[in-house]
Order: sequence, then structure tokens, then C-alpha cells
Amino acid sequence: MEPASSYQQILQFSNRADPYPLYAELRKTPVARQEDGSYVVSTYEEIVALLHDPRVSSDRRNLTDPSLGGGQLPSFISTDPPEHDRLRRLTMRHFGPPHSPRKVDSLRGELIQIVTALIDGLADRTEADIVDDFAYPFPVTVICRLLGVPLEDEPRFHQWADELVENLGPGEGDMAERIKKRQATLLTLGEYLTELTDAHRQNPGDDLLSGLITDDGPDGTMSQHEVIGTGALLLIAGHETTVNLITNGMLTMLRNPWLLERLRKEPDLAIHTIEELLRYEPPVHFLPNRVALDDITIAGVTIPKGSPIILALASGSRDPAHLRDPDRFDPDRPYIQHLGFGGGVHHCFGAPLARLEAQTALRELARRLVNPRLVTDPPPYRPSSTLRGPRHLEIQYDGVNPYSELPTT
Amino acid sequence: MRVVVDLTRCQGYGQCVFLAPDVFSMHGQEALMYDTGPDDDQRERVLQAAAACPVQAIHLDRMTTQHRTLRPELGPSPTGDGEAFKRDGRIVIVGASLAGGRAAGVLRRDGFTGSLTLIGDEPYQPYDRPPLSKQVLTGKVPAERTLLPQLREVDVTWLPETRATGLDLSAQKVRLADGGEIGFDKVLIATGARARPWPQEAEAALDGVYVLRTLDEARRLRERLAAGVTRVLVIGGGFTGSEVASVCREMGLPVTLVEHGPVPLRGALGNVIGAVAADMQRAAGVDLRCEVTVAALEGDADGRLRGARLSDGSTVDADVAVVALGAVRNIEWLEGSGLAAGVWGIATDAGCRAFDVNGVVTDNVFVAGDVARFPHPVYHYQFLALEHWGNAVAQAEVAAHNMISDQAHRWPHLSLPVFWSNQFGVNIKSVGVPSFADELVIAQGSVAERRFVAVYGYRGRITAAVTFDHGMWLDYYRHLIEQAAPFPPDSRTVDRRDGSRPVPAEVPERIKPAEGATVVVTGHDPGERRVTLVRPQR
Repeated sequence: MEPASSYQQILQFSNRADPYPLYAELRKTPVARQEDGSYVVSTYEEIVALLHDPRVSSDRRNLTDPSLGGGQLPSFISTDPPEHDRLRRLTMRHFGPPHSPRKVDSLRGELIQIVTALIDGLADRTEADIVDDFAYPFPVTVICRLLGVPLEDEPRFHQWADELVENLGPGEGDMAERIKKRQATLLTLGEYLTELTDAHRQNPGDDLLSGLITDDGPDGTMSQHEVIGTGALLLIAGHETTVNLITNGMLTMLRNPWLLERLRKEPDLAIHTIEELLRYEPPVHFLPNRVALDDITIAGVTIPKGSPIILALASGSRDPAHLRDPDRFDPDRPYIQHLGFGGGVHHCFGAPLARLEAQTALRELARRLVNPRLVTDPPPYRPSSTLRGPRHLEIQYDGVNPYSELPTT
Repeated sequence: MRVVVDLTRCQGYGQCVFLAPDVFSMHGQEALMYDTGPDDDQRERVLQAAAACPVQAIHLDRMTTQHRTLRPELGPSPTGDGEAFKRDGRIVIVGASLAGGRAAGVLRRDGFTGSLTLIGDEPYQPYDRPPLSKQVLTGKVPAERTLLPQLREVDVTWLPETRATGLDLSAQKVRLADGGEIGFDKVLIATGARARPWPQEAEAALDGVYVLRTLDEARRLRERLAAGVTRVLVIGGGFTGSEVASVCREMGLPVTLVEHGPVPLRGALGNVIGAVAADMQRAAGVDLRCEVTVAALEGDADGRLRGARLSDGSTVDADVAVVALGAVRNIEWLEGSGLAAGVWGIATDAGCRAFDVNGVVTDNVFVAGDVARFPHPVYHYQFLALEHWGNAVAQAEVAAHNMISDQAHRWPHLSLPVFWSNQFGVNIKSVGVPSFADELVIAQGSVAERRFVAVYGYRGRITAAVTFDHGMWLDYYRHLIEQAAPFPPDSRTVDRRDGSRPVPAEVPERIKPAEGATVVVTGHDPGERRVTLVRPQR
């Protein structure tokens, strides 16, 4: 048997806690062909170029081997322009500019309330799991309110979300088997969302799902099928990734006590801490679903038409050709440019919300937890190499400070 | 605080709008507008917005120059005399402009510790012009809040309201209007351009006739528009004229735009894409009159503008006229200096060094910004003068670098021209030189939807790309231009619509910029032969 390539080693669960030395190996071949015919791109410039390259599709139906396609509901993440642009514009009308520019800004008060309540809940003890007690319930509460999904249904879609994430992109198991599992879960989630949208149609609220169903703007209305696909995407993406961002952030703070100390004194530092975190320890490590529409020559390698392309975002953000000392966590870098949210037309839809959530979360955790310590380092990780983050993050602390207003600067 | 967005880098992600919606706003899908001087209560939101920008195009308070090279061997590295110059030489920058201010910043950043003097004829520190024809005219941002975040940190002797009247190359002095002189070892000329005035002086003096280029001109026009206007006549359908028309419609003011060509934006984009701009204008309610000119501006007995008579015999009643007929380069002060300066600007090599009248390159006179005309290898080594924000910045950085580098470490100014315009809720961006083309093809998107990429080609090579609300794709086409990729592009891409075929680009004939430059040659011995530039008769 051939020795495992750097990329295959990254997929192995045993390397989940610290894949970064393997990324350095991977970058020695910026565009690396894998045994299965897919191409892994791992350097910053090349990833940025492909994110903006119109010869790169996000629609798996363009693969030479169509059996690898599927496993998707119709939404802007798995379609190309102009279809992508229409679906994204229709969704954006209820979330951001130009139609709803104040939506995310208006959530600030609610975010701090949820965070405050969750941290208050830690006050009667001196041990907690940051994942289960904080990083998971916070974004889930937010996304449920935003979408109009009842929070009491959370245990059901928590299960589906876990399954979907575990089977997203290449992993250690058989690809066809993974796609099959994904499709089965998506079917169940689709049925759930169909019931839910029927209810919203009869009784619309000011939530995003109701907006998608009832809206009739310049781009017309979404089909029922598209509403389900978009709803599923936002529900899964909206809580799986932010959990990891917040947890990775807490882990990084606990490993760097100076950062905790500085965040207590300079709450504004949370802004650049999150940017550096998105670069240094991002929640999304790969974009595994791109396809070459034509032969693409990049970094001296020709990716044949129809080949799968995997963009190693987390590797690109640590490319020493892109920035100095890439393996040092430094929130004081003057311009932090990273691939944490991808780029180009598929740039993360929920990025502004994720940023505000993570900034609020880390700032308050730093300000309120007294002497927090890590119990196990590294913590246990979830299986996915694509959406990478700890399964649990056990901490100990001496107490919880009461909430206080931020000092005005 | 001061905010400037490098809209050349901006790709319309809109992250800043989400996080600071009172400071940044999106007009249509990708046209970003912003408050250049937000109040301090917006501070946290603006910090969040700037940090979130995926292309890091938002600069606050301090304007750090472009991302520094990670390769120290490419940085400035003077030796011998150069080191002494870098330590205590004298640099004078003429022109307190975007280019002048940027150059000052780069000189200090890269270790120039000698004396640095910045001469400007306006009372203001360098300010940002693009907002003047947009958010300043609508009143969203007061004109005086457009100062660039820059100079307060740079150790520079700034001489405001000081006009340079001459350059003495042999004595190495800049002469000033007040009779003073400033000596230099090296000088950077960044005097830019001014609005071309209405040619009939008496008509230009009518109350209600405006040009738009400087902060004061923008303030005066804004005050007039706010005071109530029955109709605005815009003379000239270039970018400034079109943006003024767009703002006036946004304010609900009736507008007539007179363009001598068949469509607006013809000079920059050609007839095919200009026709899209014409549709946008008409859909927004602009009374667009093409292929006519203004024969005369007419005033009443009190010297107030009443209207205009057009070349087709028709008339327009208007109490405000905005003359948008392009710019005139500020070179008059260089007459007799011995530099190759004229209406075309100041000729330089690709390293920003000025040519003297004999065509010999100087080594201590550098030029950057709108006033420079430099050879661009990508465009047949033609001498280009680029009146774009991005060029002012890039050229100033190269000029500053070269001023403190020895010959072996000098950089050529090779960046491709890039510009943008926001009008009628659409963000227009361009890379390359669209007028350098014989054909174009709509490579992505649809003209009918006003969201597309137009790729321009000249004799089978891609020379430019223009996007309407499709800015994220522009870098791909920039790369194709740099690779001299064949036209038409034949790759399979997303959003390539059926039936999209190359069509004639219909760009205006390229004018030879130095045409009419006349010289007299004297002397017989090769060591004596010299040129004198004869002032062109215009």
C-alpha cells in the first residue's frame, strides 16, 4: 500500500487535534493530485485565485463522475451564478444589505442577553463544558429565533446536524456510503422543514423562513423546494460553525493566558482576536465541493475539466508566503486577511452574525470567568476534518463575576 | 474619526454595512457609500466593520500604506551616497494630494529621516475626491469631512495655501508665489489636474455655473443643490457628469445631461457598454441628450443662469449647470523648467522619473498621479496618463520607493489601471485600458440585468475587463490581461450566457497625447545639441 499522502493523514482522526504541521507538508505541493483524482489546493494565493475563478463550479453535477454528486438540497452553497446569485439575493433580502442592512446590528442587545444568561448559569459551580454549556446553546438559540424554528425541536435537528457534518466532504469512510447517509438525513430534515414552512405559511412571523415564503421582490419568490434547501443550509451552517469558532476561541485563550488578561482590560481587542482566530484556528478547514468546469492550470499543475477541487482554507491562512510568523497567534497584526469565511461569491453568508456572536462570547467569557483553566489539553475532538472543533471543552474556574456594562472608551 | 475605503480593492462583500449600518451603506447590490468622518459614538462599530473587510480595504485614522512586501530583498536598499541621502537629504513634494500624501507616508515608512516638505495650494490637508461627486453632493457627508487619514502621523512640513510657481533644476529649488524658494535634493511632482472650465469666460462666470473637482467646488455645488433647484444641466457624460446626474436624480432633482458622443461614458468604455449606461440614466429619469453640444449658456439680466441653447437648436431651462468636460493638467508652473511638460502632462519613465525636454531621463525629479504620463509595456509601451484613485496610490508608492532606492533596487510602475464608479445604484469597475480594444464580449452575466463582465480585446489579446455589479470576478480577468491571454476568452465558466459573441467595441480613436508638441533643435556638435519646447498654440 502507498504511504498515506499528507492530505489523507489530515483526514485521519488521530491528527484532528493538531493538523497544522501536516498543512505545512501539504503546502510543499500547492496543488496536489490525490489518488481518487481530486486536487487539494493549500497555498493562500492559489486558493484566493480559485475562489474568484469563474471556471470553478460549486455544483457537483459538473463532476466527471456524477455518482459523487448529489447529497445536497438546492441552495446557494451548491449552485453557480446566475442561479446562486438569485437564491442568495432572495435570502439576503431578509438578513442584510441592501434590503435589510440593520438586521444583524439590531441583534446586538439580544446577543449580549443570551450570553449573559448562559454565563450566569455557570455561577453555581466551578466546572463546565464550554461546548455543551455555552458554545452550543448560544448560536443555536440565535439561529432558531432568526429563522423561526422552535427551540424545543433542538434535540431533533441536533442529531441531524451532527450526522450531516460528519458526512460532509471526504472523510475516512467510503465516499459513496457517506453521500448515501447524508442524503438519508437530508430527507428527514427536509420533511421536518416542510412541516415547519407549512405552519409559517399559514401564520407568518417576522422570521427569515416566513420572509422567504411570503416575499415577492424583484427576483420573484422562492419555490417550496428552494425554501427547504435554504432553510436546511442556514439551520445547519448557522449553528455548527459558530460553535467551533467560540470553542476554538476559548481554547486559544486558555492556552494563552496573556490573551485572557488583555481581553479583560481591552474589550475592543475581541474584534481583532476573532479575526486572528478565523485565520489561526478557523471552524471551517476545507471547502471540499468545488469542480473544475474546464482545464485549469495553476501553480504549474493542470487540473483537468470535471475534477473535484478541495480548497484547504485553514492551510492557506497559515501560508508563510502570505504573512509573517503564521503559526503565532497575534491579534495585533495590522491587517488580518484570512480565508476563515472563504471568499468570492460564496463568501460565508452568516459571517457578520458569526463575528458578533464570537466577539460577544469571548469578551464576556474573559471578563466574567475567574481564573479559568483547561482540564485536558488537547480536548477531545469531533470527527469531521472539514468542520473541525472540540467535542467537549472541560474547564475549571474559581467563580463568575457579575455582568457589568462595558466601560465607554 | 477618519475613514477611507480603498474602493479599488473593495469587492462589494458588504460586511461593513452589516456591522456599521449608519456609516456604510449599499446602493444597489455593490455600490458602497460611506461617511468619511463618522462621530465617535460609532467607533466600536467602525472598528468591527474595518476588521471584517475580507479584502482589508478600510483604513481608519492612520492610513497604512499598502501591504508591505514579505521579501526584504525587494525593499529599498540604498548604499553609499544613498544612505546619507536617506538619513538627511531634502525631499520636496509639490501637490498636497492623494498621491503627494501617500508618497510622504511611504517615504517615512521606509526609513527616510531627512527633511520632507509638502506644498499645496489649497488650505486643506490631502482629501479624498471620490466622495465629492457622491455622498458630499447628497449632503450625507460634509465636504470638509473628506480629509484623508494620513498626515497627522507623518512628520512632514506642510505648507498650505502655497502655490509653486517654478522649478529651477540647476539650482534645485522650487519657487513659490510669495517669492520664497525651497531647496531640494529630490522633488516629487504631484500637482494633479483641475476641472476644465467652460470655455466662454463670460458664460462661465454666470451665477449657477459650476465645475466639480476640489473640496471647495463640491461644497459650493452642494450648497446650491440643497437651496432648491428647478433643473440641473450636466454638460458632459463622462464619469463625473454621470455621477452628478445620478446624485441629482437621487435627490429628486430634474436633470438634463448633454453628451456630444452617441452615449455617456463613451470615452472610457466605448459605445457598446456606454449604451448600457445610457439605459440606466434614462430609467432613472435623466433627460439624456446625446450627439449634441451646448452652443451657449444664457443668463438673465442679473447674471444668473437661465438655461442653454444646444447645437440642434433646442433649449434647456436650467438654473444650475455643472460643467464636466474633463480635466486640465497642472503644468503651467513648469514652463521653462526644462522638463518635457505640456498639456499631455509630464512625461516620465516607468520608474516615475521625469524626462527633460531633450528626452533624457532626470534622476532627481519624480512624478506621480494625474499629472504623470508614463510608458506602459502592456499597452505597446504607449505613454498613459491615468486620472484614477488607484493609479495615484500605486504610482506614488513606486515613486517614493524609487526616490530612496539605488538603481538596482528601483521598481517599475507596472500595475494595470483600475477604476470604479458608483452611479444609479450600480458599481462599475474596470481593469486594463478598455479604450485599447477592437472587440468585446459579455463573458459572464447579462447586460439586460445590468450585472455582467465585459471583456475587451485588441488583435486577439485581452486588454481590459469592465464589470457592472460583478466586482468579485475582476481579479480573474486582471490575471488574464497580465498573461496576455487570447481574446475572446474560450474557457468554460459559470454564468456564460448562450449566444454571447464578440462584437466591435466601438471605442473612440485613441488620441496621440503629445500631438502638437513642437520643439526647436539647436546646436551642431552632439555635445551641444539641445531642444527647446515651443508653447503649443491652442
